[in-house]
Amino acid sequence: MTENISCRNFEKVNDILEKYDYRPSNLISILQEVQEIYRYLPEEILTYISTAMGIAPARVFGVATFYENFSLEPKGKNVIKVCNGTACHVRKSDKILSTVRETLNLKNGAKTTDDMLFTLETVSCLGACGLAPVVVVNDRVYGNMTPEKVVQLINEIMEGSRNDQDS
Amino acid sequence: MEKTIKINGREISFTNERNLLEVIRKAGIELPTFCYHSELSVYGACRMCLVEDERGRIMAACSTPPRPGMSIKTHTERLVRQRRVTLELLLANHDRECTSCVKSGSCRLQELARILGIKNIRFGQKKGRLPIDDSSPAIVRDPNKCILCGDCVRMCEEIQGIGVIGFAYRGSEARVTPPFNKNISEVNCVDCGQCAAVCPTGAITVASHMEKVWNALYDPAKTVVAQIAPAVRVSLGEEFGLKPGAVTSGKIIGALKKMGFDMVFDTCFAADLTAVEESHEFLERLSGKKRLPQFTSCCPAWVKYVELNYPDFKDNLSSCRSPQQMFGSVMKGIYAKKLGIDPEEIFVVSIMPCTAKKAEAQREEFSKGGIPDVDAVLTTQEMARMVREAGIIFDEVEEMPFDMPMGFATGGGLIFGGGEGVATAVIRTLGREPVFRTHGEGGQIKTAEIEYDGKIIKTAAVSGLNNAKKLLEAIRAGKEYYDLVEVMACSGGCVGGGGQPQPNTSDARESRKKGLLGSEKLMQLKSPAENPIIKDLYRDHLYSPGSEKAHEMLHTTYRNRKRIDGEICFSEDIKKAGKVSVKVCVGTCCYLSGAYELFSALKEIANEEKFKDRIELSATFCLENCAKSPCVMVDDTIIGKATVEKVIDEVIKRF
Ligand code: SF4
Ligand code: SF4
Ligand code: FES
Ligand code: FES
Repeated sequence: MTENISCRNFEKVNDILEKYDYRPSNLISILQEVQEIYRYLPEEILTYISTAMGIAPARVFGVATFYENFSLEPKGKNVIKVCNGTACHVRKSDKILSTVRETLNLKNGAKTTDDMLFTLETVSCLGACGLAPVVVVNDRVYGNMTPEKVVQLINEIMEGSRNDQDS
Repeated sequence: MEKTIKINGREISFTNERNLLEVIRKAGIELPTFCYHSELSVYGACRMCLVEDERGRIMAACSTPPRPGMSIKTHTERLVRQRRVTLELLLANHDRECTSCVKSGSCRLQELARILGIKNIRFGQKKGRLPIDDSSPAIVRDPNKCILCGDCVRMCEEIQGIGVIGFAYRGSEARVTPPFNKNISEVNCVDCGQCAAVCPTGAITVASHMEKVWNALYDPAKTVVAQIAPAVRVSLGEEFGLKPGAVTSGKIIGALKKMGFDMVFDTCFAADLTAVEESHEFLERLSGKKRLPQFTSCCPAWVKYVELNYPDFKDNLSSCRSPQQMFGSVMKGIYAKKLGIDPEEIFVVSIMPCTAKKAEAQREEFSKGGIPDVDAVLTTQEMARMVREAGIIFDEVEEMPFDMPMGFATGGGLIFGGGEGVATAVIRTLGREPVFRTHGEGGQIKTAEIEYDGKIIKTAAVSGLNNAKKLLEAIRAGKEYYDLVEVMACSGGCVGGGGQPQPNTSDARESRKKGLLGSEKLMQLKSPAENPIIKDLYRDHLYSPGSEKAHEMLHTTYRNRKRIDGEICFSEDIKKAGKVSVKVCVGTCCYLSGAYELFSALKEIANEEKFKDRIELSATFCLENCAKSPCVMVDDTIIGKATVEKVIDEVIKRF
């Protein structure tokens, strides 16, 4: 799972550390900005940050797991959120969830596809109950979802990424 | 003027107590606590120590400083109720299989539940169990028994300067864990067991060897031999109601014999041997043969700490094995033959104050042909438990002497168990007596100067790895200079080991050390050099200190260890056509020896006209060559102690 950190990204991490003066009280801001580069917080980078800042790795890990906004696992290129709040649940969001899992071949609670194209998350109430059941793909809201529609949506994204690669 | 506060209506004077809790306890009132230890920072999270002032305001006594004129109550109906509810909530989240818990009987949670009169728990039990981590040779973590008091976290970080366990996640998911949910054996833990020494519950306990030892004792084919470390004789009594520092060697030997041990020897004998070998090595170093300062190597947690964090100081560690391992080696390698017993049939058990000794005994260097020199290590606490399991009433055990010959020791060997003891014994072997004085703020470093052969020899002794870290940094920076440095990982030395009876407070540690020094006064011989049995040992088997034979049997070598497992990071690089790959290691060791500056400099050069598009620069983690840090990998060649020049030379070779 490990990778060499590209020169560019590594420099960015160091720029961030420098910008915040390696100060332990700035740890949260530092992690936020680092997460923007990688879209998650890789273990190696967290270990590096703990060395560079002189903070125990257990402490850095503690902060990274305390806040929901931080992710310690790599996320796919597209994030699909299926709402499982009460309204959506009543309108059979379960069915949609299982359809997405099947379509993406996500087994045993895996959240991200092997090709890193998709990450599936469940959320409780997106505040769009009028449109239940609701699915959010890359921050765009899709209401009145059905299993058929969600499959179609996924296919479109896959299509799009294939075209990207070809060109 | 005298400062006073009112506690439960009684006027109590105070001076420089840091918080109400200390004043309350001074007044002879016992307030329950989980998260307060006078040696650690105040955390104030367990809410057990609550008190109330006259206006009904509730505050945590451990984190409130006393102010003259205050009036507080400690056991009002409201407080007692609140404490009960807090405890019930803790118990609701706690594994309740007390009867099978090793901590049963010495668990603070159990004790407080009894004191506070908890009869039932009105909250449902938490579902789901976290896995038990028994990956370490020294400690076992059972997160299901953790009450999140944070004592271990602060101990590991503040006193030991290690910080491999910490709080993670939040709310009902909150837990204390090594980073990245790794097992404790995969992180930088040095096995000191100080976390287990402060954990109030069974969430961190010591890995047990009791069963192994019982099995050996039950096996008629085995000759079971014990060695007793110095610090054990001044602490075991605490498990049976005696005061810390009470010397009980005779009873311990008697109890071991009752349990079925065939022979009981003294680790102090081996400590004498260590002092002789170490002082010989020290003279060699003084004469310029090897690097100074010489670091003592008796403490396996310290040895592992150096291997992990300061590989550049590895050669400063004395090559002498610890007394435990010297004993094992002499027992199986020399004495077995004398007794006419096959070493395979001898089972050596060490009784130690220490958890790291369990890890040390398992190091592969200390086995010959698959047979370890030391087969099992019991902590003082385990020993006490076995005494009880055997139905022995310690109080009534008849005292017995050590078996000979390895039961004879000098005062030098005895004081190995307390701070400055090893350094003192080594210097004493040279015929001088050092007088240690505290040095630096807080008196964490003890130093002594002696005159030897027209030179001034400077010695330092520290305990607690965070103090050791400060000293190492000062030595590395050239701010301090010493010839001989003693380091003990546990505060106060072995008397404060992770396997000692609880409470293992600084007061208890201090009293135990006094016990050792007191009994040293009664010993006939003080200098390890005078030990007649050791003289015989050299005459008949080892020839002279530092001889080839002595090296083979009594010395060892050290290795580098990777800091965090899984940190390595080589991916099959798709090599970019025509480019030379340059990977700068930014792992911990390399970072600390300037890898980032190196990286930045290389970056500049890579952008120069000459090198443009011909170098593929990247950063990587730990090339497993930490002793030679900083390291850079050019294609597949690793360059140690890398400089810009060395790297560029290597790159140019490839053009
Ligand atoms: S044994 Fe020592 S180093 Fe390991 S976690 Fe406990 S306190 Fe920290
Ligand atoms: S493991 Fe023990 S010492 Fe550490 S937080 Fe949990 S209960 Fe407290
Ligand atoms: S001892 Fe005061 S809050 Fe824990
Ligand atoms: S940190 Fe281990 S080789 Fe660089």
